[in-house]
Amino acid sequence: MNGLLILVPIALLLGLAGLAAFFWALRSGQFDDPAGAASRILIDEDDDDGDGS
Amino acid sequence: MAEALAPQVAPECTQLAVPGMHCAGCMSKVESALAQVPGVLSARVNLTSRTVTVTHDEVVPVRTLTQALGGIGFEAQPRRNDSANAPSAVRPLLAPLAVAAFAAMNVMLLSVSVWSGAEGSTREMFHWLSALIALPAIAFAGRPFFSSAWRAVRRGTTNMDVPISIGVIVASGLSLYEVVTAGRHAWFDGALMLLTFLLAGRVLDAMMRDRARAGVDVLLSQAAQGATIVHGDGTVAWLEAERLEPGMVMRVAAGERLAADGEVVRGGSRFDQSILTGESAPVNVAVGETALAGMLNLSSPIDIRVSHAGRDTTLAEIARLMEASTQNRSRYVRIADRAARLYAPAVHTLAAITVAGWLVAGASLYEALVIGVAVLIITCPCALGLAVPVAQVVASGSLMRAGIMVKDGTALERLAGIDRALLDKTGTLTLGRPVPDDVALKSLEAKERSIALALASHSSHPLSRGLAKALAAMSTEAAPIREVQERPGIGVFAQYHGQDVALSRPEGGGGSAVALSIGAAPVRLITFADALRPDAVEALDRLHRMGVICTILSGDKEEAVGMIASDLRLAAEAEVDPATKQAIVGLERDAGHSVLMVGDGLNDGPALAAADASMAPGSSTDVGLQAADMVFVQDSLLSIPRAVCASRRTMTVVKQNFTLAIAYNVLAVPLAVFGFVTPLVAAIAMSASSLLVVANSLRLVRAAR
Repeated sequence: MNGLLILVPIALLLGLAGLAAFFWALRSGQFDDPAGAASRILIDEDDDDGDGS
Repeated sequence: MAEALAPQVAPECTQLAVPGMHCAGCMSKVESALAQVPGVLSARVNLTSRTVTVTHDEVVPVRTLTQALGGIGFEAQPRRNDSANAPSAVRPLLAPLAVAAFAAMNVMLLSVSVWSGAEGSTREMFHWLSALIALPAIAFAGRPFFSSAWRAVRRGTTNMDVPISIGVIVASGLSLYEVVTAGRHAWFDGALMLLTFLLAGRVLDAMMRDRARAGVDVLLSQAAQGATIVHGDGTVAWLEAERLEPGMVMRVAAGERLAADGEVVRGGSRFDQSILTGESAPVNVAVGETALAGMLNLSSPIDIRVSHAGRDTTLAEIARLMEASTQNRSRYVRIADRAARLYAPAVHTLAAITVAGWLVAGASLYEALVIGVAVLIITCPCALGLAVPVAQVVASGSLMRAGIMVKDGTALERLAGIDRALLDKTGTLTLGRPVPDDVALKSLEAKERSIALALASHSSHPLSRGLAKALAAMSTEAAPIREVQERPGIGVFAQYHGQDVALSRPEGGGGSAVALSIGAAPVRLITFADALRPDAVEALDRLHRMGVICTILSGDKEEAVGMIASDLRLAAEAEVDPATKQAIVGLERDAGHSVLMVGDGLNDGPALAAADASMAPGSSTDVGLQAADMVFVQDSLLSIPRAVCASRRTMTVVKQNFTLAIAYNVLAVPLAVFGFVTPLVAAIAMSASSLLVVANSLRLVRAAR
């Protein structure tokens, strides 16, 4: 019973953290352009003007 | 940060569609080319929608941006606001899906403990925890269903969302009561699982439609969106189509489309008006005659005084006709909703009878209600809700791989029922571009062919391009010619070993032929025809075998249509205008037939919108692409029977799915009615039936083969 009192809240918190992370990703536009994001890593940007920051 | 650094001029955002981008290299080229344009603050490519968003000072004209992209070989068009990409349907569903999935997993974890024998205070605590997670989650994740159900109820109808909403709400209410009264059973897991399954189905459905729409968007916007205006003082400027006004004079170069209706004031040219009328032969237009928006200037630059612009053009008139007939189709009731109309009352009556029956049999009100609610929960149409969308998603995916984009989920349902097909001629049955007559080409000597190729390759006239392509395909080599000169509207002239050679308009100016003259030798005439699409005969044959009667419906001249019709052994209606096409579709429908319209031009727009289902080739005009339910991008006409076949197979699977869902209910309902259903039984039954439906739908992966 004591174990449950600790483990259940931990499980819930971890789950909630995952959910919060997903919401953050959704809101910051990470799902706007999946195809572009996949290709962007292939670009060699030496003269990056930092439009992503 | 942005506010502190913002310049005096407010930065503006422009969205450009760049259909040619498809890899990382293109992205970086486009972004860096735009960044180098003075005044541009930033440029960011969205590869999914093939657009680039440019933030720039107000002073940078859009044309500068498109020219910058043109300079590196990317065709770009400003996104017009009216087509302002209806926002994706996926985004608003993602958050509810995430919440539902999260809550379902956690509640399921707690439920498993209860099912495996947690008793007393542990069970109570777990129930309370479940309620804590589930109630807010259901309130949030269920909104798409609740609002849709509420809309339907307010209109006095039902759809699939009504029984879903009632099931979920009743299950939550009963569970809450059980939790508060320390009862044995809570149904939160069932309600959440139902929401998760259904939301997942809808997200997939929305994703598929997004992809189809993105595919169509890429093909869109090839029409002229502006014109070069000649001012009174001789200066020229480029003006967008919306800003053209009657009285302005626009200069139209060869190969450009008109952006407004008008009267020719200087020069004369030949126009391709197949988009408007379906007529394939070019027409001569001289000073004083009228030319209509959408027509393509073929030979020489001319000046045209605008008479009607923007919403007054013939083109806009056709668009209005189309809008009117689209409303016609929106009355179509989806098969899922038709099923719900039978299903919902049946289930709700059954639940009421169960409660009454148990009361009569002497159970307490509480017991009777609990069993009644269990009936509602177990019949909550999880499998039924998935039956249609999953099948459609799988079939659309398969069609998309075969080059057919399904823009609307209900299109498959509508297409499955058709028994009449009306086909446009130019650009639909035919390729819509002139191809030289094979016999005429073969009768030429090798030397003549090589000279013809050399001459043709110096012109961008459609006939020359068609000829050059055909000759190149016969592995002809171009002869060395010198002093090449193209006289717009007349032909190409050059020297070959001291002889005058020419590829010109034949004497008497026949529509689709060129004359090849070499020195004093007799002139050779090469005739052109708009070739039939590959596999046209087989495609029509297949349609015929499927019980679909085909008819040609063309705006072209009687002779031209008659020839194609006799080749294909089809009935044909020639010289029909857009309104008549629409009327013919209406007549067929009134006669009780289901009509498929296949067409590409503006003149087909109203008919496409009025028909039960419609398809357009990828080479269509914007209007054709927007009005059609499906767009096929391959040249082969086999796409049509393939789509019809796939849609029929989809409907077969949908019906099987319904049968499976109903069979599940027939098995589960007696258990519920007699009070044997526990949350555990409900959870197993629900997921088993859902998985069965999904598995059955996956058989459609090869539907478009």
